[in-house]
Amino acid sequence: MRVPALLLTVTAFAAVACAPADQAPSGPTAVDGVACSKDKLPTLTPGKITFGTDQPAYSPWFVDDDPTNGKGFESAVAYAVAGELGYAKADVVWTRVPFNAAVQPGKKTYDADINEFSITEERKQAVDFSAPYYDVDQAVITLKTAKAAAAKSLADLRSVKIGAQVGTTSFQAAERLSTEQDVAVYNTNDDAKAALRAGQIDALVVDLPTAFQITSAEFADGHIVGQIPGGDGRPEQFGIVLDKGSALTGCVSNAVEALRSKGTLGKLEQEWLSSAGTAPELR
Amino acid sequence: MRISELQRERLAYQRSRSRRSTLVALLSTAVFAVVGYLTVTSAPGWPRVREAFFDVDTAWRALPAVLEGLWLNLRVLVVCGVLILVLALGVAAVRTLRGPVWFPLRVLATAYVDVFRGLPLIILLYLVGFGLPALRLSGVPNDYVVLGGAALVLGYTAYVAEVFRAGIESVHPSQVAAARSLGLDPRRTMRLVVLPQAVRRVLPALLNDFVSLQKDCGLISVLGAVDAVRAAQIEQAKSFNFTPYVVAGLLFVLLAVPSARFADAAARRAERRQGAR
Repeated sequence: MRVPALLLTVTAFAAVACAPADQAPSGPTAVDGVACSKDKLPTLTPGKITFGTDQPAYSPWFVDDDPTNGKGFESAVAYAVAGELGYAKADVVWTRVPFNAAVQPGKKTYDADINEFSITEERKQAVDFSAPYYDVDQAVITLKTAKAAAAKSLADLRSVKIGAQVGTTSFQAAERLSTEQDVAVYNTNDDAKAALRAGQIDALVVDLPTAFQITSAEFADGHIVGQIPGGDGRPEQFGIVLDKGSALTGCVSNAVEALRSKGTLGKLEQEWLSSAGTAPELR
Repeated sequence: MRISELQRERLAYQRSRSRRSTLVALLSTAVFAVVGYLTVTSAPGWPRVREAFFDVDTAWRALPAVLEGLWLNLRVLVVCGVLILVLALGVAAVRTLRGPVWFPLRVLATAYVDVFRGLPLIILLYLVGFGLPALRLSGVPNDYVVLGGAALVLGYTAYVAEVFRAGIESVHPSQVAAARSLGLDPRRTMRLVVLPQAVRRVLPALLNDFVSLQKDCGLISVLGAVDAVRAAQIEQAKSFNFTPYVVAGLLFVLLAVPSARFADAAARRAERRQGAR
């Protein structure tokens, strides 16, 4: 009896020591649901949770550039996470945070920022990420009239002029194509689309849901060439960004995991990103 | 030459005063630096800021990409700089033409300056960079560096033309009258008498615009080109560390220093010529 008891104690110790403690050094731990409740969470405004996202916020992640309507995948996820932590819809406050402002050191204007941030080890040095809420693929889109429309393989894309938005993992995926010409880099996907229209680039790399959005709703003659395989074999994942060392990280992560196990994330994906998953995988 | 006792004393006194001022300057600089350093490093957010903006490893990693971007900046700067000088001088000359025959040209030049000096450079870049090739006219280049450079030239020529015009108009009318009475025709009057004086007077202003152009060359990155700042941004986005921006910023400062010293030297030379000192 003695040995198992000891083992149990050790395991319990280990669990307590490594799970939430290093993520949330001050503030309540994220182990039990009680401490992760609305009245205990040290948010910017007590009793409210402030989500940040960029402006404009694009479909299908948000709808009509209005994060407060609960429409679009990320808006819906934000409200679901808030609900999981005990916040009513009225307790959720939105603020607009440009991409760079979201990751700069210093006082944050948000509790959690949801803005298609891909989780990488390097970025974890600067900010906290929640558990991933979406596995994202990168895709190449073009116009039916462009020469890239005929591409069937990664090799066919070598000679194509590719563009992508700066600071995105789409750009990194575009670089992985190692095309003959340098990748053109744009401030926003809107600029990249203008360049595609103007014929300055032949194809554009965006994440798959955005690819479906552009080719189905924005460009009548848009065409998805296919998906680009991931860099290191692991799926690329979106996470909610929190301040480095934020006391909320553990709770937000728990909420995301709870939503996943309940099947809510899958349902929201179905609802807002339903057309995803039908583009051919390029090899 | 024999130096009198009094003069020797005077020189010794001057030397001691100058030693003293050097010492005071050194001391005050040291105190200033220490206070500045302590103020910054004692700030509560300093460790985070040092990590995010002054990380040596990140700087080292970002340097090759940023330098490659800077090389593009430099090439664009040289080509655009030359084009702007030539075109601006032309526009300024047209604006100062006298006589009713030149009226349409004068109006055109004035309208050009009004429009392109008022237009924000970013909008100009978008119009030229995305609008022009979208017309699908044959013969219009579709390279974004060329198009971006064209937009820069359009915008800056309007500015620099006004600087030249100010210089031309600052030359006293008596100079022109004297030149004409010596038998020079209007063109040679302009070339041999007015322009040399005008250019000398506006040289500091021109160099000012040159330094400004050094930084604005990077704006062509909105059209897709990867310049130094864009290269820094790409590195920053990979790690969420802002050090690459600091690296790019320092390189730009280094780039601007020679221009500033040249401007100082030119100003001193002009002063000497006019016998101000």
